[in-house]
Amino acid sequence: MEDAGFNEAKARYEDKADKALRKNAERRAEFTTGGGIPLERLYDPESIAGHEYAGHIGFPGEYPFTRGVQPTMYRGRFWTMRQYSGFATAEESNARYRYLLERGTTGLSVAFDLPTQIGYDTDHPMAAGECGKVGVAIDSLADMEILFDQIPLDKVSTSMTINAPAAVLLAMYICVGEKQGVKTSELSGTIQNDILKEYMARGTYIFPPHPSMRLITDIFDFCGREIPRWNTISISGYHIREAGSTAIQEVAFTLADGIAYVEAARKKGLDPDVFGERLSFFFNAHNDFLEEIAKYRAARRLWASIMKERFGTKNPKAQMLRFHTQTAGCTLTAQQPENNVIRVTLQALAAVLGGTQSLHTNSMDEALALPTEKSVETALRTQQVIAYESGVTNTIDPLAGSYAIEKLTDEIEAGAMDYIEKIDNMGGMLAAIEKGYPQKQIQDAAYEYQKAVESKDTVVVGVNQFQTKESDAAARKLLRVDASVEERQIGKLKKLRSERGNVAVKERLESIREGARDENANLMPLILDAVRVYATEGEICGVLREEFGEYVENIVL
Amino acid sequence: MHKLTERALSGDIRAMARLISMAEDRADGIDSFMKELYPYIGRTWIIGVTGSPGAGKSTLADKLIEHFRERGGVKVGVLAIDPSSPYTGGAILADRLRMQRHTADEGVYMRSLAARGSLGGLSRGTREAASILDACGFGIVIIETVGVGQSEIDVMRVADTVCVILAPGLGDDVQAMKAGIMEIADIFVVNKADKPGADRVVNEVRAINRISAVVKTVAETGDGVPELGAELRSHWERVREGEPGKLREAARMCSKIEEILAERISESARRLWAKRQNEILPLVLNRQLDPYSAADIILSDITFFLRG
Amino acid sequence: MSESGKKIRVVIAKPGLDGHDRGAKVIARALRDAGMEVIYTGLRQTPEQIVTTAIQEDADGIGISILSGAHQFYFKRVIDLLKEKNASDILVFGGGVIPEDDIPGLLEMGAGAIFGPGAPTSSAIEWLEKTVAAKIN
Repeated sequence: MEDAGFNEAKARYEDKADKALRKNAERRAEFTTGGGIPLERLYDPESIAGHEYAGHIGFPGEYPFTRGVQPTMYRGRFWTMRQYSGFATAEESNARYRYLLERGTTGLSVAFDLPTQIGYDTDHPMAAGECGKVGVAIDSLADMEILFDQIPLDKVSTSMTINAPAAVLLAMYICVGEKQGVKTSELSGTIQNDILKEYMARGTYIFPPHPSMRLITDIFDFCGREIPRWNTISISGYHIREAGSTAIQEVAFTLADGIAYVEAARKKGLDPDVFGERLSFFFNAHNDFLEEIAKYRAARRLWASIMKERFGTKNPKAQMLRFHTQTAGCTLTAQQPENNVIRVTLQALAAVLGGTQSLHTNSMDEALALPTEKSVETALRTQQVIAYESGVTNTIDPLAGSYAIEKLTDEIEAGAMDYIEKIDNMGGMLAAIEKGYPQKQIQDAAYEYQKAVESKDTVVVGVNQFQTKESDAAARKLLRVDASVEERQIGKLKKLRSERGNVAVKERLESIREGARDENANLMPLILDAVRVYATEGEICGVLREEFGEYVENIVL
Repeated sequence: MHKLTERALSGDIRAMARLISMAEDRADGIDSFMKELYPYIGRTWIIGVTGSPGAGKSTLADKLIEHFRERGGVKVGVLAIDPSSPYTGGAILADRLRMQRHTADEGVYMRSLAARGSLGGLSRGTREAASILDACGFGIVIIETVGVGQSEIDVMRVADTVCVILAPGLGDDVQAMKAGIMEIADIFVVNKADKPGADRVVNEVRAINRISAVVKTVAETGDGVPELGAELRSHWERVREGEPGKLREAARMCSKIEEILAERISESARRLWAKRQNEILPLVLNRQLDPYSAADIILSDITFFLRG
Repeated sequence: MSESGKKIRVVIAKPGLDGHDRGAKVIARALRDAGMEVIYTGLRQTPEQIVTTAIQEDADGIGISILSGAHQFYFKRVIDLLKEKNASDILVFGGGVIPEDDIPGLLEMGAGAIFGPGAPTSSAIEWLEKTVAAKIN
């Protein structure tokens, strides 16, 4: 320490602290972050001794991007306020999107129902009961045309939470653009397209790993040529965290997934300096404020070094970790739902202080059902208050240099690196998933958390402490999707099947089958051709199911 | 005859499932149910399937069910055994997952059994479960266990044909496999044969065991399953008729009777001891009596009790 | 732990297409740690598969975890099928994202108990132990 008085002052402080401790013990024997990282009583310059500012932290817009990916960050432009939504049929969801756009949302984020996410048409027996429940039901291009009716695709960017059948929904989006007269190259948005976390944590897989990875790299290849502004994948830690992981595991497993995608694309002959620019990420914003801020910073620094050192990229844009954030759905409580507004505010603030590129804030009623218009508005207003009123957006990465934040950033990075090394030793993420390794880690963490809540070691306000007696949930107005939605959607589907040119549909489905059998073919143009003549999502995925087989989960409990 | 036995024999799956629970729970009076079932027992072919976690046992069992069901009307039962927690006695049983498509087929019955940490009791419960299936007309019973631990090797002795599943890339080489398991195998299956290293596993097996057949399969796709089916059948035909089959049957019946005896005698001993504990234990604690003589007293009670 | 005696056996099922299995896995572990035998079905089970599983496994109860909002549909199918197969004595309970308003309807349908968001696993364990014991005696 160059600071002459430091040692003396520190000794004095420690002495004082000891005296205080002898009088009164602290609230708990050990303090940790929400994700279990041990916390010291105090961080000081010694905590980050050995940091070289330029190499380790650096400046915004420069490697290793710890402080952010753009040189001006929110002084230039706020993050995209993007509220994930969709329910019932295309008509209802279209109305909700227009409602959101009118209120100042700056990007769309489409939630699809489960049959759409798993490649079944609404009239498939496996789809019974699920139509329109967790998102909008899309069976064919006809539905997609209604979904984006009067929404100019050259003006908004659209993120679609779609994974196993991502190619099909992207094809539909391209076709809607064509019909609106928007050039494919001008479309912008994101498809989630991240199958590995589906195997690990979210469960909407269809095909086994090998053909799934092929579909993903087919999309990388196609988009690189046709839709240069499209984010071809959103490598997601969000759902890993929702499934119960710690913050370190969230970073580790997400980046390990990223490594697997880069390796798959390289094997296909794609250049990481090119496709690397279009990789995007998606993280959770959980309760522990400081840990979360540090998490985003650590993820950025670690990914930059992976892309530079491990994959040898030269293009800085291919080294930048750009990410979307959603506040943690699993922290919302059904009890005293108003408290959720406060939770969401803190989580959103962490995401902003962590330098997110786009943000979804959850609505307070989401522990019970899909959100109502009113609660969605409050959630959006939360972002606007942070952006326009809080002042935290007016200087870049304002918590940099905080001893605690920098130390936690280091620890999360190091913890994540340990996991990545373990996964490398298992032969990569695919092999690790096959062994059930990340699944087991996530479940262990989830179970530990549950036990901590039940023993009240972890306090959840309104749930295991500060409960109120009267039930306020029952009186609440909830959004409900009734069974008539399914009937209507099936009616539309029947009509479509009887009116379209079925000969062309059949031919194009057969072309997809041939393409599936030929590893060197790119399936994306073939899917586009089939979508254009109104082949349904279920028909296209049905052919692929026949050719590729279906994945069965690996249960490790 | 008990109503429950009657219902089970007439094809009531709930009744059969309840009998299996009673056998597992060692419920009072289970022996009298087993006596009633005994005349109907004796036709079933029991196939044991064992191997390391990740070798693909469940997927292979799934494909074997399909194989046997396609070849004529034989009903197939599956007993999938998983370990119990040594701390709580609870268990999570998740082996059905890869066979769930067969729930639509009334000729297939699947049952998950927890090992319940019992010494030898596992094989007794499993044997009786197989006998119940046998009596209820299941011509083939597949028993699936993870190939670790002595009790699971014992379970495999219940089977007529034992199949040990290996796969490349699991990190455990054949030399290191439990010696007991390698010895009881009638057929070795090298699964995931489309993966690199499969032939090496085949060679390693052949180097250790030259007698048993080795079959390569890819359970995911079903490749090699018909060949495995044929190999299993030919083994069964050989042992069923021949001298080794008779010896096996005699050994099995012998250990079955020993097991029943052991259980009944220890149960009687427990009851008699419970009855006389208050009287005898103080004598031992006061060193008026040694523990061996205390046991002698109970044993002479048993002899008396058994003679009636 | 006694080696003989009645064990409580429970099927924990994820019906339909919902992939959120955190809750199902947590409750499966909690029931195991309470000494029960849990038959875990994995994702994407049809009501037919769930009911057949419970019958073949001689389960005392079926726990359904569902977060997709399709709970009314799936509870009804499972309960109807149990009736059809003369197996209504198998308890049906559940949890997930289930609004409080919907609980009376599910109970009327024949569900034994619903454990909503925030319910501790101990409440399900106690309920099962009590209800299964009452059923036997």
